[in-house]
Amino acid sequence: MADTNTAAAENADTVVKNAETNAAEALLEVEHLHKAYGEKVVLEDISLTVKRGEVVVIIGPSGCGKSTFLRCLNALEPIQGGSVRVAGVEVGADKRQLVALRQKVGMVFQSYDLFPHMTVLDNITLAPMKARGVGRAEAEAQARALLERVGLSDKADSFPRMLSGGQKQRVAIARALAMEPELLLLDEVTAALDPEMVREVLDVILDLAREGKTMVIVTHEMQFARAVADRVLFFDGGGIVEQDIPERFFAHPQTERAQRFLHTFEFDAVRTHEG
Amino acid sequence: MEALGIDVLFKGTNALRLLQGLWIAVQISGISVALSIVLGVLLGIFMMWKNPVARAVSRLYLEIVRIMPQLALLYIVFFGATRVLGINLTAEFSAIIVFTFWGTGEMGDLVRGALASTPRHQYESAAALGLTRAQAYRYVIIPQAVRRLVPAAINLVTRMVKTTSLLLMIGIIEMMKVGQQIIEANRMTSPNAVFGIYGTIMLLYFAVCWPISLLANHLSKKWN
Repeated sequence: MADTNTAAAENADTVVKNAETNAAEALLEVEHLHKAYGEKVVLEDISLTVKRGEVVVIIGPSGCGKSTFLRCLNALEPIQGGSVRVAGVEVGADKRQLVALRQKVGMVFQSYDLFPHMTVLDNITLAPMKARGVGRAEAEAQARALLERVGLSDKADSFPRMLSGGQKQRVAIARALAMEPELLLLDEVTAALDPEMVREVLDVILDLAREGKTMVIVTHEMQFARAVADRVLFFDGGGIVEQDIPERFFAHPQTERAQRFLHTFEFDAVRTHEG
Repeated sequence: MEALGIDVLFKGTNALRLLQGLWIAVQISGISVALSIVLGVLLGIFMMWKNPVARAVSRLYLEIVRIMPQLALLYIVFFGATRVLGINLTAEFSAIIVFTFWGTGEMGDLVRGALASTPRHQYESAAALGLTRAQAYRYVIIPQAVRRLVPAAINLVTRMVKTTSLLLMIGIIEMMKVGQQIIEANRMTSPNAVFGIYGTIMLLYFAVCWPISLLANHLSKKWN
């Protein structure tokens, strides 16, 4: 345990230096976050700072608390200790500010959760029109632009049930972007998709990263994590075990737990062939 | 015509009297349905409460509604209220009380089911988009619940219309009773009237319930 902590701390130092050279301000500040369901502690003493424009990818075994952590960031889950601040405003401190906060923090879920009774266009325009008071014409123009960006211009009038999983997820991303969030949370957005649809969704996210969107991403796609991340966090047992830039993390994970986890994505040949 | 006993319809004002009987049945079921929808929605929301007392009360109510034959309820309210409580309810008023009691219970359970079957993720994704709780209900949850509710609710409405055929038992001169009277009065001259009159009553019930049923089909096609 001692060696993992030192390794994590050293890596965190270099990461912080990297971030400082970008001289960006902190958008998300998490300090000593503690989350429990009754007696069962799910997240313990997590601290994390994400700068504007940074892309942080969280990986780790199932049940390690990474999705719960994401849900704490926009108060879908109440926390039992510590603090979360977005753009300097404390999350959950004031119920009345919750709605304003969530307008700054977009979230996309594994199960898309489009509204099934509305067309794709209405799914995207609902929140801007009702929560921000944007006029219909403006909201629709924006929605069509977003649909074009995710490659679904021709689906504006379709209903969610007529779309494939990958298309639904791209609509869900467009819907979140329509609120122009400063921070985007992506919770295993490709986990429910067939392999051939994963790519189209990840390409959209890579595009967003290129444009400098601040994102916290939970994923099981290691190649994608390596490509998109400024920083990789490895979660296990309800805490951050290791963090580093992706090049170093994937090539030389410092902790034994991270090594073991990454090894589960590799297979050793059981047969030999000449060729 | 005579063999089928339909000729009786054209004697005197018989046809008109049958339609008047139908009108009574439609009025009683119409008022009961309207009350049941309003009270049923409130009951459905009440049934969503996690409070154990609220749960027990609504559970008991629902079981009574399901177990008791409507006729027994009609007798209890119409005859029982007069004897025990000394309240003299008209038969029509008793009928509306019983039908509303029944309709509210079943409607409440349908509303509860429709609200409960809306996935939790729908609430969450609405909240994550920055909608307030009221907005999430108005634009996301309730429209979906209504879509789930309507087919079953319309089925309940047609059952309530049909069950007005029991109301003759507490002395309401609705369509069945008028039919009986016509058949009795013409027993000697048109013994086959029993077929013609009840056949006509069947068609009249059909004429009221069929459009309601079509509406249910239309709505569920439109939404699926």
